[in-house]
Amino acid sequence: MTTTLPPFDDVVARFEPVIGLETHVELGTRTKMFCGCMTDFGSEPNTQICPVCLGLPGSLPVANKAAIEATIRIGLALNCSIASWCRFARKNYFYPDMPKDYQISQYDEPLCFEGYLDITSEGQSYRIGIERVHLEEDTGKTLHVGGATGRIHGATHSLVDYNRAGIPLVEIVTKPVPGIGAKAPEVAKAYVTELRNLVRGLGVSDVRMEQGSLRCDVNTALNLPGADWGTRTETKNVNSLRSVERAVRSEMIRQASVLDGGGRIVQETRHFHEDTGVTTSGRSKEEATDYRYFPEPDLVPLAPDASWVEELRATLPETPSVRRGRLQEAWGVSDHDMDSIANAGAVELIVATIEAGASSEAARKWWLGELARRANETGTELDALPITPAQVAAVAALVDAGRVNDKLARQVLEGVLAGEGDPEAVVVSRGLEVVSDTGALGAAVDEAIAANPDVAQKIREGKVAAAGALVGAVMKTTRGQADAKVVRDLILERLS
Amino acid sequence: MPAISREEVAHLARLARLAVTDEELGVFAGQLDVILGAVARVGEVAADDIPPTSHVVPVTNVLRPDEPRPSLDRDAVLACAPAAEDGRFRVPRILDEEA
Repeated sequence: MTTTLPPFDDVVARFEPVIGLETHVELGTRTKMFCGCMTDFGSEPNTQICPVCLGLPGSLPVANKAAIEATIRIGLALNCSIASWCRFARKNYFYPDMPKDYQISQYDEPLCFEGYLDITSEGQSYRIGIERVHLEEDTGKTLHVGGATGRIHGATHSLVDYNRAGIPLVEIVTKPVPGIGAKAPEVAKAYVTELRNLVRGLGVSDVRMEQGSLRCDVNTALNLPGADWGTRTETKNVNSLRSVERAVRSEMIRQASVLDGGGRIVQETRHFHEDTGVTTSGRSKEEATDYRYFPEPDLVPLAPDASWVEELRATLPETPSVRRGRLQEAWGVSDHDMDSIANAGAVELIVATIEAGASSEAARKWWLGELARRANETGTELDALPITPAQVAAVAALVDAGRVNDKLARQVLEGVLAGEGDPEAVVVSRGLEVVSDTGALGAAVDEAIAANPDVAQKIREGKVAAAGALVGAVMKTTRGQADAKVVRDLILERLS
Repeated sequence: MPAISREEVAHLARLARLAVTDEELGVFAGQLDVILGAVARVGEVAADDIPPTSHVVPVTNVLRPDEPRPSLDRDAVLACAPAAEDGRFRVPRILDEEA
């Protein structure tokens, strides 16, 4: 490609974006949506399948009550109305990811509709309208064999695992979000982050993007100021919170470039590539009529009565924004800091770390400092790091007990992340404990004094502040493992 | 004016992955036209106060508890499939669509 892409600032100076998000949440029910097969992630392929989820002749689906309740609770948490009567619909298509050759979904009668989610991004509040929340079944996993790196192109055949086929999947669709200009990428990310926190707070899904239990499609359109909204594209394969932001940004830039060249935007599905951060064209979107939706004849309608809905409403926890307000007060942090904590996805991690015994200062310090840096380096989310809040609290306890200093603590974290075990085990195996034994440190102190006679003389003359240079020298020879306070005391004792 | 055109029959055949010859398009268009005509007569008697019927029994909320039931034996299932590999169903390569 020879086209030079316009810079993002230039794009938002000339165009106005409209975005929309479709988010799929895989529910954490024990069994599938319409049958009693288990839903354990990572089980051997095709060990969680039965006549219903395989669509064998004569089998009949029966809806999972826990999945219906979870969906209603998500809808209520998103301020939606709950349908007093609605039906499932059959979505017909031919693709081997569904053995039935159709997917049971909902079409024009979603279980929940017309809600909103309030979010904040960079100190600004936005109300994102929710169009609908509906329930459907997930599809199987297809593995393409023979082509390059599992891609469909060049594949000789495909292998299908139906363990995931039939797991309850909730689709949450926003209304179009116009008028956010240059903020569009950040708002998209803040929305998905907030939605994830909300769903996690409800306890209905583990909402892990890297495991696919939270998946996001991003719709993007551009228009000239004052003109009608542009044609939208739907970007799939957006597999991390960071990618939500990147996908919106890159698709806005691509569309501006097409429009600048006199082209027009085609309504299509596009695929986001994590490695390059760009989208490429997928199939042209099929018309909804091509799916030949019709009311699912094998399932009776759902009619949640008001008392059931109110019972479920009573189970809702405090909303993430109320919870954040309460925590912010308890932790004594500024609006800006709380915003950073929320956007880093660190709120619940910090809460759990404090519950495991750390001070709120220490919990915040490690998650937002060293661990955030690590997550950033590896391009993952904080909660995807292979370290638990309990382990972080254990590191904080080691620091509090004076057994490691901050520098050593970072090495302990590194060891835990590298899979070397719990902090205590890493301290032992890497020999990271602070040396505070005066006998062991005496030699290093004597060495430092002998090597720096000028400094030593100054200290003898009463310039106690100069001791810092000698402490530094000892830290260097002991590779940061000396207890700085003990070293300082030893120096002053010898030079008094 | 027939209720369904040859083009519509061709489109439906493509969606259903059915190979229909040019000659058959005409035959099926004619047959489907008769069926649609018969169904359309129902519309003539249906008054505004009669909602469309998707379920003939007035039952709602048939739900099951979230309790596991045994799944099938994998080997037995895969033995029924035209082809299997690595514990998975083997299917011909998929063209023109990227999942």
